[in-house]
Amino acid sequence: MAKSLQARKSELSDQEMQLKILSGGAFETGELPTFKAQLSKHKIQTLRPKTFSILQLNIGYMCNQVCSHCHVDAGPDRKEMMTRKTMEECLNVMKEFTIETVDLTGGAPEMHPDFEWFVEQIRLTGVSEIIVRSNLTIILANKKYHQLPGFFAKHSVHVISSLPFYKKNKTDSQRGKGVFDTSITAIKMLNKVGYGQANSNLKLDLVYNPSGAFLPSDQVALERDFKKALKTDFDIDFNQLFTITNLPISRFLDYLIASENYEEYMQSLVDAFNPTAAEDVMCTNTLSVSWEGKIFDCDFNQMLGLKSAVKNPHISQLNQNELMQRELQLSQHCYGCTAGAGSSCQGSIA
Amino acid sequence: MDKQYYTPKDLKNFSNITEWNKELGDKFFDYYNSVFKEGHLSAREKSLIALAVSHVVHCPYCIDAYTKDSLQRGIEKEEMMEAVHVGAAIKSGAVLVHGVQMMNRHDQLSM
Ligand code: SF4
Ligand code: SF4
Repeated sequence: MAKSLQARKSELSDQEMQLKILSGGAFETGELPTFKAQLSKHKIQTLRPKTFSILQLNIGYMCNQVCSHCHVDAGPDRKEMMTRKTMEECLNVMKEFTIETVDLTGGAPEMHPDFEWFVEQIRLTGVSEIIVRSNLTIILANKKYHQLPGFFAKHSVHVISSLPFYKKNKTDSQRGKGVFDTSITAIKMLNKVGYGQANSNLKLDLVYNPSGAFLPSDQVALERDFKKALKTDFDIDFNQLFTITNLPISRFLDYLIASENYEEYMQSLVDAFNPTAAEDVMCTNTLSVSWEGKIFDCDFNQMLGLKSAVKNPHISQLNQNELMQRELQLSQHCYGCTAGAGSSCQGSIA
Repeated sequence: MDKQYYTPKDLKNFSNITEWNKELGDKFFDYYNSVFKEGHLSAREKSLIALAVSHVVHCPYCIDAYTKDSLQRGIEKEEMMEAVHVGAAIKSGAVLVHGVQMMNRHDQLSM
């Protein structure tokens, strides 16, 4: 199995190095406009939060997979995990603030030893929606996880899962050998307990992200293709397909550079800049919390170490007013959120 | 000498053709963009047709652009190659059908 950038001691596991690359090259020479310059060109002074309705918690970087595009640089060799104390601080925030959605991510969040306890506690806070970003294969990775579909159903968890393509070759090339077949089995298990079924409230959404140095196209057309192919070939169902653009950070940045696609990819992102999508990027309604309890404007900024611009960027120190006034921390990776129809953890924006 | 007739970077400057004739340039791009919208044919089908035609007209810019466009639309490489063969078959058919003209001319001139 491949290793994380951190385990490979790659220079790209260094956040500073990634930020340096993102500010250098064509952005330094002025050949391409920086993200902030592009915003000004479109008369957008800067981006500010509009609401704080989604709390995205990254509870640990450990994962059973080592996908080649992973922006978290997750893998079995990553040991970072949220402590129960930090989880309790997150629960306090859910009780104090009017948060609609708690979005659990990782790594594979299910691998956290307190995962089930945490989901049960979150339910008790009364938030209306709990999302778990499940990579699907975890459900079959070990016997102890086989009951996850039942657990998700019991707590009405909204499951969002990656499936880069409706065919084996592209899925396996991005996520590892055998991932496609296992994912299909896992979706069948979720379907069986009611996920993605017409007469059920249990939602299973799939995430498509391109297997290479190109941008996703129209979400509606791809959803149509995915639904048709998955129904015909495997008799499986899901609710919506979200198309997500790969952001040029971490392992995807490593791939772009190694395959000599970095410059062309950045050019494509800049060319596809959509000011309408920029107004509604994810960081305008979401706050991301790391395993250490530090707060970031999004999960991507978390991986780049760009903390939210508040006095004490920690979940135990949240101040609603200060939070809503803060300036969002932007760099060139943000072009990934504003390309074409835009991209967020909930798919297209515009 | 590293100057070439075809430079990949020229593709991104395609829209500059409007600078020397705005009216016709704008008309062309309007028309072009309308052609590729979802219609009776899906945008996906149109992309495959464009890919095949790109090969037939030997346009390296179009091949670059529509290979990428096909990837973006989730078109698989087997579909792309089949489309290229459709283009090649028509092109070679168009060459070979002239063989009938050759045969006719041959017979007409021969005793
Ligand atoms: S993309 Fe998801 S499933 Fe793949 S290694 Fe990263 S966290 Fe794990
Ligand atoms: S990368 Fe993060 S900070 Fe940048 S626009 Fe996207 S959500 Fe906002």
